[in-house]
Amino acid sequence: MVPRQDLRKKPFSSPSWNEKGFFDSSHSLCFRNAGEYSSDSVLNCRGKVVFSELNVVSILEEGEETMEQMRGAQLLIESLRREGVEYIFGLNGGAAMPIFDALYDAQGIKLIPMRHEQGAVHAADGYARATGIVGVVLATSGPGATNLVTGIATAYMDSIPMVAITGQVFTHLMGNDAFQECDIIGVTRPVCKHSFLIKSSDEVAEIVAEAFHIASTGRPGPVVVDFAKDAQISESIFRYPESVNIRGYKPSVDGHPRQIAKAVDLIHNAERPIIYAGGGVVLSDASEELRELAIKTGIPITVTLMGLGAFPETHPLSMEMPGMHGSCCANYAFTDADLLIAVGARFDDRVTGDLSKFAQKAKKIQIDIDPSCIGKNVPIDVPIVGDAKRVLAKMNQHVHHVDIEPWIRQTDEWKEKYPFEYQQRGDKIMPQFVIEQIYDVFPDAVVVGDVGQHQMWAAQYFKFTQPRQWLNSGGLGTMGFSLPAAIGAQLGCPDKTIVNINGDGSYIMTIQELVPAVTLKLPLKIFIINNMYLGMVRQWQELFHEKRYAAVDYHDNPDFALLAQAFGATGLRVDRIEDVRPALEKSKHIDDGPVVIDFIVDEDENVFPMVPAGAGLGDVIRGLA
Amino acid sequence: MVEERHIFSVLVENRFGVLARIAGLFSGRGYNIDSLNVAETDDPGVSHMTIVTHGDAQIVEQIYKHLNKLIDVIKVTDLTAENHVERELVLIKMNATPNRRGEILQIMEIFRARAVDVSPATLTIEVTGDEGKLKAVVDMLRPYGIQELVRTGKIAIMRGAAK
Ligand SMILES: Cc1ncc(C[n+]2csc(CCOP(=O)(O)OP(=O)(O)O)c2C)c(N)n1
Ligand SMILES: [Mg+2]
Repeated sequence: MVPRQDLRKKPFSSPSWNEKGFFDSSHSLCFRNAGEYSSDSVLNCRGKVVFSELNVVSILEEGEETMEQMRGAQLLIESLRREGVEYIFGLNGGAAMPIFDALYDAQGIKLIPMRHEQGAVHAADGYARATGIVGVVLATSGPGATNLVTGIATAYMDSIPMVAITGQVFTHLMGNDAFQECDIIGVTRPVCKHSFLIKSSDEVAEIVAEAFHIASTGRPGPVVVDFAKDAQISESIFRYPESVNIRGYKPSVDGHPRQIAKAVDLIHNAERPIIYAGGGVVLSDASEELRELAIKTGIPITVTLMGLGAFPETHPLSMEMPGMHGSCCANYAFTDADLLIAVGARFDDRVTGDLSKFAQKAKKIQIDIDPSCIGKNVPIDVPIVGDAKRVLAKMNQHVHHVDIEPWIRQTDEWKEKYPFEYQQRGDKIMPQFVIEQIYDVFPDAVVVGDVGQHQMWAAQYFKFTQPRQWLNSGGLGTMGFSLPAAIGAQLGCPDKTIVNINGDGSYIMTIQELVPAVTLKLPLKIFIINNMYLGMVRQWQELFHEKRYAAVDYHDNPDFALLAQAFGATGLRVDRIEDVRPALEKSKHIDDGPVVIDFIVDEDENVFPMVPAGAGLGDVIRGLA
Repeated sequence: MVEERHIFSVLVENRFGVLARIAGLFSGRGYNIDSLNVAETDDPGVSHMTIVTHGDAQIVEQIYKHLNKLIDVIKVTDLTAENHVERELVLIKMNATPNRRGEILQIMEIFRARAVDVSPATLTIEVTGDEGKLKAVVDMLRPYGIQELVRTGKIAIMRGAAK
């Protein structure tokens, strides 16, 4: 047998930690140069590293063909390599130590140590949202694993492809309440797409292949792989399955032609049709097809919080976002439409409002890859199970322009009459103004939003034009998501500007992840819309709880600018209107690490329009007079 | 909407955790399980579950879709609308002092039930059938004093050649 060392071919250029121990981002970019890899690794179209068969065969040849035994942990790394994984976000601990050990000098896969497992899982999620590639997170058993739960649930609600690997105690200890033992498969069962327990090193390759297949196909989602420590240590031969065949898992991707024909017919005969597109369009990379459908037919379109950017909000057909804080135009259009074409959207209650008043006059077409999503909340006239990209491409072959002149005039009138608007209050910095300025300075940035009022203002006032330009925990609404997600997004998209629009409450939930952002020298633009409150909750208290402001006052927060400096980031505080723009301009040119700008905004501002929970979309409150 | 009773025949991977996934689907979404029976099939890699549930048409459709969505579920058939055979086995322990035994045995004969255990004061009966028959036999036996009753839950299979 050949020592493990010899298995490795000539290494890639050294891992990207420079002499000072800092991550050298120029090296991270080098990951994308084919020349930096051993000669037979290749880059696929999305810049994802794909190792050719050749490469792997040659590794094995050096190790006496396939008879080479490897530890389970090493088998995992080899398997991840086969899946093209470039980053693993993680936090070490007892039951995962052999895996971290194998990653210590692993070639081609970069381990990104985060400060909290929740940070690690959101980072993997942000990476996946920004790139469309499966995000990978690694944590130890017990508390490490339970710290992942919120992030796994966040990814599950938004159908984000992810593989979460957790260490597990030795199999002979399982079930004994061993130190740091937790049944994480049991804990995560309702919040992941699927889960596996690796009890033997013989199973590693097959399980990893299945996990990635399940995470990334059909309706994507997080898959949990729990890996017992003895299986990490024991040795087996590496044989990676060439294809995955799971008899109980065969997502149907092509819509039924007869259903598609019915849909086309409805489209051609509608007088007041609208397209209602959601996050599924982004997940299926169907933005092009969606644009073609809208533009070819001339049908106005509203895109949900999860789909923002799938259709350019600057286009005349765009009615912008629907729902609780959506545009009046989109909500009135739902109410009056005679045809709804839902694509990759799941009729969430934050979109529909009171179901008994939702789109009552409309026939409904729904395109979704997940049959259980169809007709779940609203009866559907023409269900089409399939991948949005394929179904839309088919539909586009048959649709033609529809003559709906009066309807377009109506939607244009709503847009004209009820745009998103706010009133300047004294010399306060209005939060909406900050967002407008951010948009003006960074129109092409990838924006990672958190949860609260600032999230809604970002969705309303930033005009998104590209898919994957807006990353957001829409389904679970997880505060603290955005900073770690921005880290993942920046690593996935080194050439893009990543803007993090955060709230003072949300930011402090995962603020510790500023450490890796500084260490990695990531040029994140972190903009805090600081209203000194859990603003969204304060708004509800003002409107629905007689202004009883329980547990929402955040005036006792630390000074975020000073705190940023203590972390080693650039920290700026902006509390005058005239400083907003210059500060943003300045942040543009800081590219050797994160910059945090603490925008001290009007504390009392509320988000409008607003459809109160339980009301119909037609009953939207446009603003408090 | 009207509630209906449905029998789902479900083929699943015979694998660790599958039952928990199915049970979790029902409990997590607030669906009802009236009975659930699970055992290995002829193929040791595959188990068969018969799940009896009820709900309005929309809920039953969701149950069907969510069962199908589970990775470990190979096939789901709603037998309710199909021509099928259903059976359940019941074990009934009767208070049966020697003087009452004769009457009980007569009832058993009518229903083709079998005695599987006897003691001076009890008689344990095994009876198989569909819902109607089991209800009838239990109703007939109840006056004699049922000590304990255990049912398998329904199992069901489609009639005729596989579709
Ligand atoms: C983890 C978590 N806890 C609680 C909530 C409930 N919640 C929704 S918005 C919000 C306030 C967010 O405050 P902040 O980040 O300051 O944003 P703002 O609304 O002030 O813009 C809270 C507490 C949540 N969404 N997530
Ligand atoms: Mg706030």
